[in-house]
Amino acid sequence: MNLAWKDVAHQKLRFLATAAGLGLLFAIVLAMGGIYQGMIDDATLLVEAAGGDLWLVQRDTRGPFAERSVVPLDLEQRARVVPGVQWSRAFTTTTLQRSHRGQRLRATVVGLSWPDPPPIALEQGRPLRVGHGELIADLSLGLALGERLTLGGDEYVVVGTMRGVLASSGDGVIYVTNQDCARLQSYQPPEAVRQAREARQQQIEALPLAVGAPLRRQVGEQDLTAGLLAQPMVQAVVVKLAPGYSHEQVKARLAGWTDVTVWSTEEQRQLLLQGVVDKARQQIGLFRGLLAIVSGILVALIIYSMTAAKTREISLLKLMGARTRVVVAMVLQQSLMLTGLGYAMALLVARVAFPAFPRRVVVGTEDLLLGAAGVVLLALVASAAAIARALRIPPTTILAG
Amino acid sequence: METIRAVSLTKTYGQGELAVTALSDVSITVDSGEVAALLGPSGSGKSTLLTALGLISLPDSGSLWLEGRQVLRDGRPVGDLAKVRRERIGFVFQKSNLIPFLTARENVSLALEINDRKGREVQARVEALLRYLDLGERMDHTPDELSGGQQQRVAIARALATSPAMILADEPTAALDSVRGRNVMELLRRVAREQRTAVVVVTHDHRTLDVFDTIHEMADGRFVEPSVDAASAS
Repeated sequence: MNLAWKDVAHQKLRFLATAAGLGLLFAIVLAMGGIYQGMIDDATLLVEAAGGDLWLVQRDTRGPFAERSVVPLDLEQRARVVPGVQWSRAFTTTTLQRSHRGQRLRATVVGLSWPDPPPIALEQGRPLRVGHGELIADLSLGLALGERLTLGGDEYVVVGTMRGVLASSGDGVIYVTNQDCARLQSYQPPEAVRQAREARQQQIEALPLAVGAPLRRQVGEQDLTAGLLAQPMVQAVVVKLAPGYSHEQVKARLAGWTDVTVWSTEEQRQLLLQGVVDKARQQIGLFRGLLAIVSGILVALIIYSMTAAKTREISLLKLMGARTRVVVAMVLQQSLMLTGLGYAMALLVARVAFPAFPRRVVVGTEDLLLGAAGVVLLALVASAAAIARALRIPPTTILAG
Repeated sequence: METIRAVSLTKTYGQGELAVTALSDVSITVDSGEVAALLGPSGSGKSTLLTALGLISLPDSGSLWLEGRQVLRDGRPVGDLAKVRRERIGFVFQKSNLIPFLTARENVSLALEINDRKGREVQARVEALLRYLDLGERMDHTPDELSGGQQQRVAIARALATSPAMILADEPTAALDSVRGRNVMELLRRVAREQRTAVVVVTHDHRTLDVFDTIHEMADGRFVEPSVDAASAS
């Protein structure tokens, strides 16, 4: 006969309600870890998706994920002919925020090499087939296949959709060709152009005539040609090594070029993590630790109260000569049942609620196993005070009436 | 045959001027099949004696033998007292003190399970005991579904489950009306006769004194001449 189980069965509703409360608490602890892992995944997804081994960025910069980086347009071709390089691709990215169908559309736009784009895992639709006017969008942006939208003054059509492709900001990613990405980077709405021109004219008119007149003519020409001559800006070039070539050897060769700095993919990844999510990681880690402590204290209090409520029964067992292990097992088993059921409820909450969170929550099998181990440990530690109390209950208590 | 023999049990609570002598050089012998009553006013020491005989609260000094085996020497335990309680002593209390989340059957089984006895043989014994005590129809009811008298009979069944050498009962009829109280006492006497169990009962209930074979009266921690004897009570 399992006394712990019998007691639980006798007060099912109370036990279930307590486990549900604990489950919600455990779910928050899981969510904290999942949000952190989601931030890491989101932050590094673009680096991983680029698929390269080395990143060539502007000299003395840490690359496009950390700061402004512009590399020469011909860098992609130069890198391609270096021995040991299997392929090289230009990398461009920009963020955009537009109103679309009356709603805010905020996305990270990433350029793909054209006409040789890397493979992309599509949920629906097809890859890009023309160099301009097509895009592939993450489903989180709410864009439907075949939907048309105006970006940078041009019309684009959604030809493919992806799932779970997010940037470090948590925004959904849009893939277009590199050329389209550059257009979107340099695009300025007509009103912005007009206001900039007016501001420049006002500055020039304030200057002495001898200085201002030549400038006035130049500005007029710039206004005419600025849009036509806008150069696509490549922010970095991603390089994939050919099989059999040493990473260090190729890196050393590329690092000899005076106009670039070379980072490995892992270094880019680390830069991203340190730069984008480091503080958030510390914050979430601290919060998670506090929640774990709160959970521990709560479980300990609940188990202690449950044990205190059974003082007479424990006293009776002792009076009847029950071994210490019978009493200890009853307390421990109830603690394990409570935390185990709580954890199961947390998993249920995670399954139902986490996908609806605004940011991605990544909870892997390893996290679940660690969580289960943590819960068992918590149950054991939290039972200590209750067991100590149970062992102190004298058998004479039952005679007190 | 002598089941329990206690010699010169002494117990004092507190120290100095506040010291209260609960047992003062008390000796008692109870034979198998004998039903003995402990009478006396509150504070006379009868419950202290009962807990000392039950090896629950040990005396400061004195010795105790159970079925001829010494279990206390000069107030100190000889061997595992919890094991002796588990295997050889049954308890019945003023209130039934059944475990509320167990059925009558499980409450009785518990006494056997904590002795590592399990399986079909245990179930057969539990059912036989509950039928013996007229509880055959109430085996799967929890305590809150039983009357006070039924609860007390379940408690007696639990005390009997391990076939103990001795049953110690602390005012088992106090929470019952006179009819149910008498039924319980007659049941204890039947058990003592049929199972050859020594039964020691602390009681205030003079209406049932005729049930007892011997009556011990206590005052100020020692035995005194009984104000009533078993023969005249009957």
